[in-house]
Amino acid sequence: MVGNRTVTQLVAAARGGERRATARLLTLVEQGGQLADEVAGATHQLVDNAHVVGVTGPPGAGKSTLTAALTTLLADRGRRPAVLAVDPSSPLTGGAILGDRVRMVEATAAGVFIRSMATRGHAGGLALAVPGMVRVLDAAGFDPVVVETVGVGQVEVDVAAAADTVLVVVTPGMGDAVQANKAGLLEVADLFAVNKSDQPNAADARRDLELMLDLSDLTGHRRAGLPERPTIVSTVATTGGGVEELAGAVDDHLEALRSSESLAVRRQDRRSVEVRSRLDHLLLEASAAAVALASVDGSADGEAPGATAKRLADHLLGGPDHTR
Amino acid sequence: MSGDSPIRVVLAKLGLDGHDRGLKVVARILRDAGMEVIYLGLRQTTETIVDAVEQEDADVVGISMLNAGHLTLGPRIVDALADAGLDVPVVIGGIVPDEDRQALADAGVAGVLGPGAPAEEVVAGIRDAVATHGW
Repeated sequence: MVGNRTVTQLVAAARGGERRATARLLTLVEQGGQLADEVAGATHQLVDNAHVVGVTGPPGAGKSTLTAALTTLLADRGRRPAVLAVDPSSPLTGGAILGDRVRMVEATAAGVFIRSMATRGHAGGLALAVPGMVRVLDAAGFDPVVVETVGVGQVEVDVAAAADTVLVVVTPGMGDAVQANKAGLLEVADLFAVNKSDQPNAADARRDLELMLDLSDLTGHRRAGLPERPTIVSTVATTGGGVEELAGAVDDHLEALRSSESLAVRRQDRRSVEVRSRLDHLLLEASAAAVALASVDGSADGEAPGATAKRLADHLLGGPDHTR
Repeated sequence: MSGDSPIRVVLAKLGLDGHDRGLKVVARILRDAGMEVIYLGLRQTTETIVDAVEQEDADVVGISMLNAGHLTLGPRIVDALADAGLDVPVVIGGIVPDEDRQALADAGVAGVLGPGAPAEEVVAGIRDAVATHGW
């Protein structure tokens, strides 16, 4: 029970359009534990109707502003977009300042559902609870569900496993940065937005991206399930410039995934990645507990660290032949 | 709410009041106390605050006012939240004369933090408002 309602009642209310119920379900998933498991059980069969769009890129590229402009346009066209906006938690205090709504006032007014969340100690640009929260929004009838990551550098590519379509936002004047990041960014992008395209070096930034995509074509290296060469759209998020074209490119990508049957493959991969990430989390907790216990009961005294680890692993996994 | 989840607090300035330095300081104080601050910033309306509290499932909302509008706007935000079915405490920060505090309390405002309130008082004010409310 949550307040005076069961999880099942909350899910029914959320599917009936009650935003307060959706918000409470998101909280339950984010907090984890038994209620989160209940929500997962109640929603995991109700999904795959929403187009899940990941928006990522370096800090300050304009992810929030562009996300707001895109979802406002879609809401005005009668869609029901939702946004999950992720910002970093402080590693020292666990606190966070979630500031994405500052740039999303118009989107809020247009009826876009926006939820801010902190990473809560999870690396990779997202938070552990993101897939479960996307499922709640999907089950509640929102479409598309846009997941905006923290500002990322090279390795935070979790979003690739969490979304149907990954939009990477870059800006002019960061040509070298794009070069340096290309291993991370290029490999996960389905679409690029060159934002702040009213700035002088915009054409250069676009050309740099095209060149890198040419190289990908040359080597034949392309993200699995990516049916065609990523589209590049020039945008000016603050004025709405290029946003219609971007909305078209986002829809086109979904269509391309559908017609090439890559959509089902990606969604299956997404489930596997989520299982893996939940399993990792459980194993980490179990391993921390086992180490703490071993240091308390003194069983590790005088034993080589590697031998202790091996012994604990055998214990945790139910013996060396657990895999059979 | 479960014990180890951070308090989620919506912070906003309501109405035509362009001074947000104090609000930024408060945001930082609360972040450093381990809370998750959903920062709305300047020139918010009753509607944008209610939308944010609802969608963010916030535990508490902090409104900063330096324009002497607290006796009108304070009760208005409390009523708007109640009308939306949101049982969330409201804390007002800013220049509130002592003689107005009782009126705000009577209107359902959970707490008032004056200018120059030390960090510990700000954190305690928010924590107390949440603790006396609960889910």
